[in-house]
Amino acid sequence: MTTITRTPVDTDVDELDGNLVKADFPILTRPAPAGRQSLVFLDSAASSQKPRVVIDSVSDYYDRLNANIHRGVYDLSEAATDAYETARKKIAAFINAKSSRECIMVRNTTEAINLVARAWGGANLKEGDLIVFTEMEHHSNIVPWHIIAEEKGLRLGHVHLDDDGRLDLNEYAELMKQEPKLVAFTHVSNSLGTVNPAKQMVADAHAAGAVTVVDAAQSAPHLPIDVQDLDCDFLAISGHKMLGPMGCGVLYGKKALLDAMPPYMGGGSMIRKVTLEHTTWADVPAKFEAGTPSVGDTVGLGAAIDYLNELQMDRVWAHERAIVAYALEAMQEADGIKIFGPKDAQARSGVVSFALDEIHPHDVAQILNEHNVAVRAGHHCTQPLMQALGVTATTRASFYVYNTNEDVDRLVEALYDARRVFSGAPSPTTSAARSDDPCRKQWDEKSFDG
Amino acid sequence: MSIAGDSIYREIILDHYQNPRNRGTLEPNDYSYEDSNPLCGDEVRIDVRVKGDEIDDIAISGQGCAISQASASILMELVEGKTLDEIRRIGKDELLEELGIELSPARVKCALLSLKVLKAGLYGIDKANEEIDEV
Repeated sequence: MTTITRTPVDTDVDELDGNLVKADFPILTRPAPAGRQSLVFLDSAASSQKPRVVIDSVSDYYDRLNANIHRGVYDLSEAATDAYETARKKIAAFINAKSSRECIMVRNTTEAINLVARAWGGANLKEGDLIVFTEMEHHSNIVPWHIIAEEKGLRLGHVHLDDDGRLDLNEYAELMKQEPKLVAFTHVSNSLGTVNPAKQMVADAHAAGAVTVVDAAQSAPHLPIDVQDLDCDFLAISGHKMLGPMGCGVLYGKKALLDAMPPYMGGGSMIRKVTLEHTTWADVPAKFEAGTPSVGDTVGLGAAIDYLNELQMDRVWAHERAIVAYALEAMQEADGIKIFGPKDAQARSGVVSFALDEIHPHDVAQILNEHNVAVRAGHHCTQPLMQALGVTATTRASFYVYNTNEDVDRLVEALYDARRVFSGAPSPTTSAARSDDPCRKQWDEKSFDG
Repeated sequence: MSIAGDSIYREIILDHYQNPRNRGTLEPNDYSYEDSNPLCGDEVRIDVRVKGDEIDDIAISGQGCAISQASASILMELVEGKTLDEIRRIGKDELLEELGIELSPARVKCALLSLKVLKAGLYGIDKANEEIDEV
């Protein structure tokens, strides 16, 4: 095991100290290049940074344990297998799965949802069936359903947003009356930070006879997850958003459902017996893990979970809510900043999407970068949501365990600079100025088709 | 207060962004083409009228970031009165030089969108991509 020690956390203290946490992250504590301010990283919703213990655990795996897993009778292969399966057990415990067999290792949330759409959807959905997803989904929880819907002739039902950026639960209830076969929704919006009432939505979907898929990419890193309490049928996680390495994610599925599903990909490791004519499948989770998995990265995810457990997820969640409350207040004080999504900090995670005057989000992000403040600008892979908001893009700051109120101050200071740079005449491309542009209309129509 | 933002948003960029040249649409036109940059959502449409083999009138519409829209406006000045042959010879370096700023690869796409749209309108998207050497 790695000998690197991590920041001790005093369990009597209710709040995390972002500065103490930050000290565990090499990329956040590197000296800034000459003439640059220190890095303020506010793009964790896209991918989090990694603490030293995670980086070292991956390195340690390749130093001491690396060999292909399963079926190796030599010590190294057994050690690698043990490291891999130990990580799986940590993941299962982290989300309170009944068994680690319910946790399938995949590359990321996208692959997890595609697996469900392809394997469960392929076997269980048929022409005319209704499937439901929401307007705030990431493309990874829309496009796989579009693909299967087109193939099979499924009907789509959509839950839209209210003015506060929350799901319209009345519309959801109405859709449930139409007895959908499958309901897919995100636990937390990656663009707005809205926290959805997942447990109630799952219960309502089950009452309607639907199977549920919860996209937990933006919740598992930030708040305690209990799949038995949620009672969801499937839940998808990306390891790289929760301090783990890129290239490993998790699909949780109830064992009975996984057992009844056909495989997703065929190949090595997922078989029981292969003849020239026929293959029978291995038991879960192996049935869904064809080929050599990302063992080193999975071990790294196990280390990330150890680290998060040490921080304690309820404190992680409290920390983020405190920062986002501070950020919302500071940003609302500044003129010209329009914040999208719930106004109430208690209803959202550490994601703040905003517009600054009429300045294009990419120009805002560019100027923030000059201040070494890293944010994301664009549609955040949520184009239907952008259409609902009436914008093509937003600027998004997202916070995590290593962020502090000082990071928020740096953000706000840089936003003031962006205003100063663009303080001349209003831009010609504001939405009001463009409303009569025939070109504009064409694009709107086109984008809705897409 | 820092002046960090000034290094990219030079006066010429902000001037063209806030006072764009040849803004609008032309109906009828001889060539019209529109495209978007999916990364940023920048959108540009260019309409062209020709007389003989020269640009008679040109108009640009769309929306996007300051880099894409300023670059489009600068392109309008660059092509004024030029023949179609001369436009063919305008490469990405020429337009980037006019912009006069250092851009990251992602923002270079913003800056070159208008040139791509103009060339695609005149002689097709494949040839335009080839000439602009997009990846």
